[in-house]
Amino acid sequence: MTTTTKHSDSLTSTLLEAYKDIQFTLAASSLRNEGRDLLQRIGLPANKEEEYKFTPISKKIEGTITRFSHAIPSENVDQKTVDENLIPGLDCHLLVFNNGKLERNLSNFDTSVLSLISFADLLEGKMEEQVGKIAKANKDPFVALNQVAFQEGTWLEVAAKTVLEKPVYILQLIQATQEGETVHPRSYIQVGKNAKVTFIENVVSLDDSPYFLNGVTEINVGENSQVDFYRVQDESKAALEVNNTEINVPRDATFNSAVISLQGKMIRNNLSINLLDSNSLGNMYGIYMLNGQTHVDNHTNVDHTMPHAESNELYKGILADHSRGVFNGKIFVRQDAQKTNAFQQNNNILLSEDAVVNTKPQLEIWADDVKCSHGCTTGQLDEEALFYLRSRGISKENSRGMLLYAFAGEVLEKINNENFRDYCIGLIQQRLGTHYA
Amino acid sequence: MSKDNEILEEFTSKEYEHGWSVEYEADEAPLGLNEGIIRWISAKKDEPQWLLDWRLKAYKTWENMVEPEWANIHYPKIDLQSTRYYSAPKQTKKTDSLDEIDPELLKIYDRLGISLNEQKRLQGIAVDAVLDSVSVGTTFKDTLSKHGIIFCSFSEAVKEYPELIKKYLGSVVPITDNYYAALNSAVFSDGSFCYIPKGVRCPMELSTYFRINAANTGQFERTLIVAEEGSYVSYLEGCTAPQRDENQLHAAVVEIYAAKNAEVKYSTVQNWYPGDKNGKGGIYNFVTKRGICAGDYSKISWTQVETGSAITWKYPSCILKGDYSIGEFYSVAVTNNYQQADTGTKMIHIGKNTRSRIVSKGISAGHSHNSYRGQVQVMKRATNARNFSQCDSLLMGSTCGAHTFPYIDISNSSAQVEHEATTSKIGEDQIFYCNQRGIATEDAVALIVNGYAKEVLNQLPMEFAVEAQKLLALTLEGSVG
Repeated sequence: MTTTTKHSDSLTSTLLEAYKDIQFTLAASSLRNEGRDLLQRIGLPANKEEEYKFTPISKKIEGTITRFSHAIPSENVDQKTVDENLIPGLDCHLLVFNNGKLERNLSNFDTSVLSLISFADLLEGKMEEQVGKIAKANKDPFVALNQVAFQEGTWLEVAAKTVLEKPVYILQLIQATQEGETVHPRSYIQVGKNAKVTFIENVVSLDDSPYFLNGVTEINVGENSQVDFYRVQDESKAALEVNNTEINVPRDATFNSAVISLQGKMIRNNLSINLLDSNSLGNMYGIYMLNGQTHVDNHTNVDHTMPHAESNELYKGILADHSRGVFNGKIFVRQDAQKTNAFQQNNNILLSEDAVVNTKPQLEIWADDVKCSHGCTTGQLDEEALFYLRSRGISKENSRGMLLYAFAGEVLEKINNENFRDYCIGLIQQRLGTHYA
Repeated sequence: MSKDNEILEEFTSKEYEHGWSVEYEADEAPLGLNEGIIRWISAKKDEPQWLLDWRLKAYKTWENMVEPEWANIHYPKIDLQSTRYYSAPKQTKKTDSLDEIDPELLKIYDRLGISLNEQKRLQGIAVDAVLDSVSVGTTFKDTLSKHGIIFCSFSEAVKEYPELIKKYLGSVVPITDNYYAALNSAVFSDGSFCYIPKGVRCPMELSTYFRINAANTGQFERTLIVAEEGSYVSYLEGCTAPQRDENQLHAAVVEIYAAKNAEVKYSTVQNWYPGDKNGKGGIYNFVTKRGICAGDYSKISWTQVETGSAITWKYPSCILKGDYSIGEFYSVAVTNNYQQADTGTKMIHIGKNTRSRIVSKGISAGHSHNSYRGQVQVMKRATNARNFSQCDSLLMGSTCGAHTFPYIDISNSSAQVEHEATTSKIGEDQIFYCNQRGIATEDAVALIVNGYAKEVLNQLPMEFAVEAQKLLALTLEGSVG
């Protein structure tokens, strides 16, 4: 039963108070005002609210962060920090963000194929017409909050008919220099027609101090283009994060996503794909491999609006210690979207008595000529497979490692970029060696 | 396509078979709901003080509750103050044999095809017939009492077996459970009570037949089934209502208690008036059904065929408390025209080695909405819990919707939980296959859908399976395309 009491009313007003003096450019003012009005009306999600039922992030923020202010760019960021966090062997266009603000000196990208503009420098009209039109503030209160408080805002553009050979590597360095600062990165990615580009985003905590990261990414894919967007979340044990990513996929275009979540205190990912026209394809893949107290919540939404579109989804979870994995997948097929193919799967392995998984794979179908299915399983490693390996003289630890790796491998192999895939395999193998043996 | 439309047209204009009503003298409570009405009902039924207190407590709880809005159903707010909470055929004298029952009332059941007299002669099912707010007659009492089985109306049970009622009433569905359960607890009028003593296997199917007759009346019945250690009972429930333009509320509560090694099988064929083809009228069926497998090795099985009601909102659930206990849920929900169904189940695994199985088949046609909403919860100490869920949806026509909302919450690492769901329409290739073997499209659809629902229909007792199949065929007629 929904209750109307909003325990997070106080948090909402505290946050609005903290951000009331933000200096903003004229272009962004309507966006901020809209966010503020909305937030005042709906407030951040209260404790038992359906969408945040298993992830009481408002409460966590309230309990962890005592002073709300914008994190200022950290002084500890230098070339050495950047070098340490590069993906081995990956030749890339490098974008370094320091607490949500672009570090031009440390970034390294080819401006002839990739243009990067701060929201403040955008041509008149672009802001009003496009920003906030894909990830709408009324869908999630944290989008509204980001709209109120985003620091800079980055407009990334890939021109039509551009095929980027090298992926774009977005390094998000986060360090709350004073206790409990908040970071609200905002970006809009515009990809032209007939283009192809890969984005890899890596969120790195510079130390163990708690922070609240509330990012919004909007991606507007061009017709007949392909965009791959990968994200790694291997953050500090104190990290609180809400992430809203929403993508418009038009005719003949493809969007691939993979989210690898490994560590944090509480991470919520909202990923929405709008398949706007025929022959559009959306793929969503994810692994959450958690231990300790980590809590990761993946909410995904695919909106099929037109006929002949396809979506695939596969999320896998390996949960150890006291960790908690939440999965909520929604396939929405509108009345016009005949001949839709939509598949969704979520598999979980629980490795400890204290790990919890909450999964809710939903289908909402309004068209009759469709093929939609979802499946979800929760279980343990197959005893017989373990026995088979052990009977061949492989130690218990190694057998378990092999099986878990194979379990995760199904998702990893969906990653198209080889260097990044190897990097993820490395991260997972490293964890198999330490936390899951 | 035009032919399809014709057939569709023909089908959707089909009249509801049980849409008639009968004039009889009735004892009615005034419209509205307040403490006075509850006292009035209680006094009318000559209830003991403890039950009145219980009702009033429920009413107080209900007053502080808000109407749930989370379900995927839309309807204008129900004005609970213009509903009548008690309506009974005027026949105050309690009858011992069916011969004394007002023949007018018996005729109602004859028309429904549930002849209470005939039941007496034919071997088979013991029926408790509930008309509006009260039970009008129970058959086969003598045979049952030989086995020590108690099967009677709820009011009778309150008088004759107060200690049993006191012990089990509200033990599975507490008054605080939800808005409609609290409302039911405050105003429930009658219902059935069934008690199977230790080690007894009930020799026949027990059945309750509910019928709403009066206008403006809500039906709030309460069913309580207690199966003692090692006993077995199969229980059937059927329901119909007259065709009226306003919506009527049916908010029932069913509680099942299964002790060690006991098995209860509860089957429902729900055929309340679904409203006309424009969605006008029909019953709001807001029902709370729950069973508890309290003892080890106990088993509760819910089977439902839902074809009626303007809105169905019900989640027959199992609390698997005893070790090795089993919960099952089989459902076929058919919606047509503007019907809405939000139905499913809850399986709460508490005991060790508990198992549950969910098979839900939704069929939607016309402008209807059909949602499956289910929860599988494995508690921390429920080692080796096992669940398998399957929920399939079949769509007919492009204006209906099928939705699936499964919640799976696992807190034990040895649990094995599987869920799968598909949504599709009847494949053209399937129809083609039948056509080329000389089966008309219409029959092919019936064939395919019957096959689709078979897994559930097979769970029904014989008599109900026939009725359910007929209902299904009726609902499917002309829905090609």
